[in-house]
Amino acid sequence: MRIHRLLAGMLAVTLPCFSLAQQDTLKEIERYRQLLQESNPAELYEARGAEHWKRERGPKNSSLERCDLGLGPGVVKGAYVRLPRYFADTDRVQDLESRLVTCMVTLQGFTPEEARRSPFSGTGTPMITTEPFSGVSRPSVMTDLVAWIASESRGMKIEPPMSHPKERLAYQAGERLFYYRAGPYDFGCVTCHGEEGKRIRLQNLPKMTNAKDAQRAFGTWPGYRVSEGEVRSMQWRMWECIRQMRFPELEFASDASIALITYLAKKAEGGTLDAPSIKR
Amino acid sequence: MQPKTILALALCSIGVAGCATRTSDSEVEGAVAEVIKVSFKTRGQATVDRLNQDDAQALCSKYHDRPPREIAGKIEQSQTATIRYPSSGKLMGDWREGERIAQSGVGWQFTDAPTRPAGGSCYNCHQISKQELSFGTIGPSLYQFGKLRGSGEAIQKYAFGKIYNAEAFSACSNMPRFGHNGVLTEEQITHLVALLLDPDSPVNK
Repeated sequence: MRIHRLLAGMLAVTLPCFSLAQQDTLKEIERYRQLLQESNPAELYEARGAEHWKRERGPKNSSLERCDLGLGPGVVKGAYVRLPRYFADTDRVQDLESRLVTCMVTLQGFTPEEARRSPFSGTGTPMITTEPFSGVSRPSVMTDLVAWIASESRGMKIEPPMSHPKERLAYQAGERLFYYRAGPYDFGCVTCHGEEGKRIRLQNLPKMTNAKDAQRAFGTWPGYRVSEGEVRSMQWRMWECIRQMRFPELEFASDASIALITYLAKKAEGGTLDAPSIKR
Repeated sequence: MQPKTILALALCSIGVAGCATRTSDSEVEGAVAEVIKVSFKTRGQATVDRLNQDDAQALCSKYHDRPPREIAGKIEQSQTATIRYPSSGKLMGDWREGERIAQSGVGWQFTDAPTRPAGGSCYNCHQISKQELSFGTIGPSLYQFGKLRGSGEAIQKYAFGKIYNAEAFSACSNMPRFGHNGVLTEEQITHLVALLLDPDSPVNK
């Protein structure tokens, strides 16, 4: 991972030297991404995630192997591309991460607060201190699980179900939230993701109502972000956008986060999951 | 049963089925209000009351930023009334200060120190000086803004007003209402006006 960060740093320093035109810069970044994709550090997270799935944890000293991600207890293959979806046992639409919270509570006996405590790896959020990890990266069990479970849908078509009324309601609520402008900057998701071919600084922005853009954006989360040296999940992406929009903090696994993810999943329908990916 | 009654019943059940598969707008609205209430929490300076919309925000959300002409006109009218020009009458500050403000994207996030003055985040969305290659494209290029328009009083007033409240000129603009919302001070805005209009500013070289 250190080598990747070093490479990123070197690239950042040398970019202005060899690229006067911006198109060249963007092309070089794309080429760099492709190079990295061949040895994505997300594989470490995936390997840990596969172990967490089988490991007995929590007050019930039980694994997650009977967790139902929508395709039946224990079925992981293809589950991620069919989420978010309605679950009868919770009577809620859930994305992968909120569903994992449910399984940690019902199967392993954690309290909901414990299960939600360390959703993201690295800095910024407190980690579950009982976890036997140490060092700079401070992994999160949740992020590791997400990386592995997503990898088990790699190459599959994104097909979120929309047959249950609550799934459709979540989609409609997500659409409203997408266009919801508020706060001191008057921002909404639509401010940055409502038009084609736009950028913030040099960062390209997907237009989420455009199928091709949405498929590429949605289909590459979770992803290893070189700039942070961490794998980040779709819940993190929502949380971080909302922070930059100057909104109050979006709660992990909250209904608003799930509604937004449901809306985006539907917009990305038919795309192919290419995750965990590698990102700038 | 009379044929008419049967027909009426059949139509009625189609209507009910329609209701069951499509959630009405008011139901969605209620659900969204509830979802917002339970999904956010105050953190640092970013308090949950930031999610309460003013009239312009609510209308722009409702119409997906493309309000009908009549409503757009009403928004522009109400937003024009919010603009407060400096009492000193001085609209042009220091373009060097303006460049610093345009570069800075800090401010108002729950991770930002509330005591630190906010930047204008201008380069996030606009090309401004030729020297800065890392610029966004959500807004139009402002390079040579003053060279093309001069730096007279009318254009100074326009630039100040546009930064103060962009929706006075274009309802549901993507640009934050920097002055109206209190993100930038009157003085900071005058520096940005200078960055755009001062003949010595790199924008106009």
